[in-house]
Amino acid sequence: MIVDIHSLEETKEFASKVASCIKGKQIVITLDGDLGAGKTTFTKALGKALGVKSVINSPTFTILKSYKQENGEPLHHIDAYRLEGSSQDLGFEDCFDEGICVVEWSQFIEDQLPEDRLKISIEEGLDENRKITVESTGPVSQSIMEDYYD
Amino acid sequence: MIVLGIESSCDETAVAIVKDKKEILSSIVASQIDVHTEFGGVVPEVASRIHVENISYCIEQALQQAHCTMEDIDAVAVTKGPGLIGCLHVGVQAAKTLAFAYHKPLVPVHHLAGHIYANELVTDLKFPVLALVVSGGNSELVYMKDEISFEILGQTQDDAIGEAYDKVARVLHLGYPGGPKIDKLASEGKPVYALAKPKTQGKYDFSFSGLKSSVLQFVKRQERLNQSYDMADLAASFQETALNEIFDKVKAVLNDYKDIKHFVVGGGVSANSCLRKKIEELKLQYPDVIFTVPPMSCCTDNANMIAIAGQIAYESGRRAGEDLTADSGWEIQ
Repeated sequence: MIVDIHSLEETKEFASKVASCIKGKQIVITLDGDLGAGKTTFTKALGKALGVKSVINSPTFTILKSYKQENGEPLHHIDAYRLEGSSQDLGFEDCFDEGICVVEWSQFIEDQLPEDRLKISIEEGLDENRKITVESTGPVSQSIMEDYYD
Repeated sequence: MIVLGIESSCDETAVAIVKDKKEILSSIVASQIDVHTEFGGVVPEVASRIHVENISYCIEQALQQAHCTMEDIDAVAVTKGPGLIGCLHVGVQAAKTLAFAYHKPLVPVHHLAGHIYANELVTDLKFPVLALVVSGGNSELVYMKDEISFEILGQTQDDAIGEAYDKVARVLHLGYPGGPKIDKLASEGKPVYALAKPKTQGKYDFSFSGLKSSVLQFVKRQERLNQSYDMADLAASFQETALNEIFDKVKAVLNDYKDIKHFVVGGGVSANSCLRKKIEELKLQYPDVIFTVPPMSCCTDNANMIAIAGQIAYESGRRAGEDLTADSGWEIQ
């Protein structure tokens, strides 16, 4: 699935729509895109739509930040940026087993990711134009994509 | 009073012994950071396993260098949060074990409070205090009406300032760590390039993500148009915009909170020469406020600050029992 975005506002709308499809589910979302592509914007908007009250800011330094969704389930935000070139088991599987998990720079922990996940990649165009590609890799992510179209 | 402090919230395992908040008897930091310049960054060994390997050695070394035994220690302080949960657990378990084996009071400390109280090493805080904490993982403005109350007036809505420095340094191929490299390069240039000014909703909040993207887009545009640019000028432009973001908010707070007596800084980014210069300028504008910028040794992640914060928390009556657990998202209070 490909979504064309023309403004920051549309990136936020896309995130809210994704949020409405994953609410109450257990899923891992990998989020790819260059620095400045809009990963932070997407995650903040997703969290807001899931009812996270506290400020969602960068997890680059601590690698993992966890929040509470409105329904009490966790929203884990992982950034593997600093793990490039290392292979360490940080126990992420505990996060993957509950609530919603957004993973940035997931290629650096590829071997630890669950099989069924929603892959979102944001490709930068001029100004605020973005091409967002969404792929599913299993039954849960597939059903989320079907919900998106309903 | 002699306090043993333990810090293991992220990359470092650290243990320190501090007497009466002022005298560092020993301070051991086992850095997990292994510099991999080929990646333009560092690969932190944040796995709890590494902290487990280091912690006993750090405790032993700290006691030995301080010429102390556990009998001489009056309290054990430990970072309860925030941080990476697996790392925090190691410090908390070690602190609990020491406290209960030797019948010492156990005091939980907030990482951010540690950065602020580190200033006690060089000054006596005069309340109300406004603290600016700037590092690779923090960018906060904290108002303290007294020694034990913390109010976060502003914080970053996206990247921490130190993280923005590192990422911009990577875009400019300057290597790691980015902070000192950009600082040095910026001193040779002029802030002539217009970069996106950060936008935030809260009056005292920060944002650095848009600025980082703006540097990246500037570089890409110049390359696309086949136009050259001056690296030093770009570094200066970035630094000026980033620090103005900080100082505009600091000034806004100082103007709105007339009762503030003391302004202090904490965190690794306070080593930045331009930031220090801007604080000197601020001093002249606010003659009634005391300004303290502690030496670098107090600013980075270490356990001195946890021992000092521990003594203050102890004196205010804070204690923890055997049910103490690490809290990765602990909010300061």
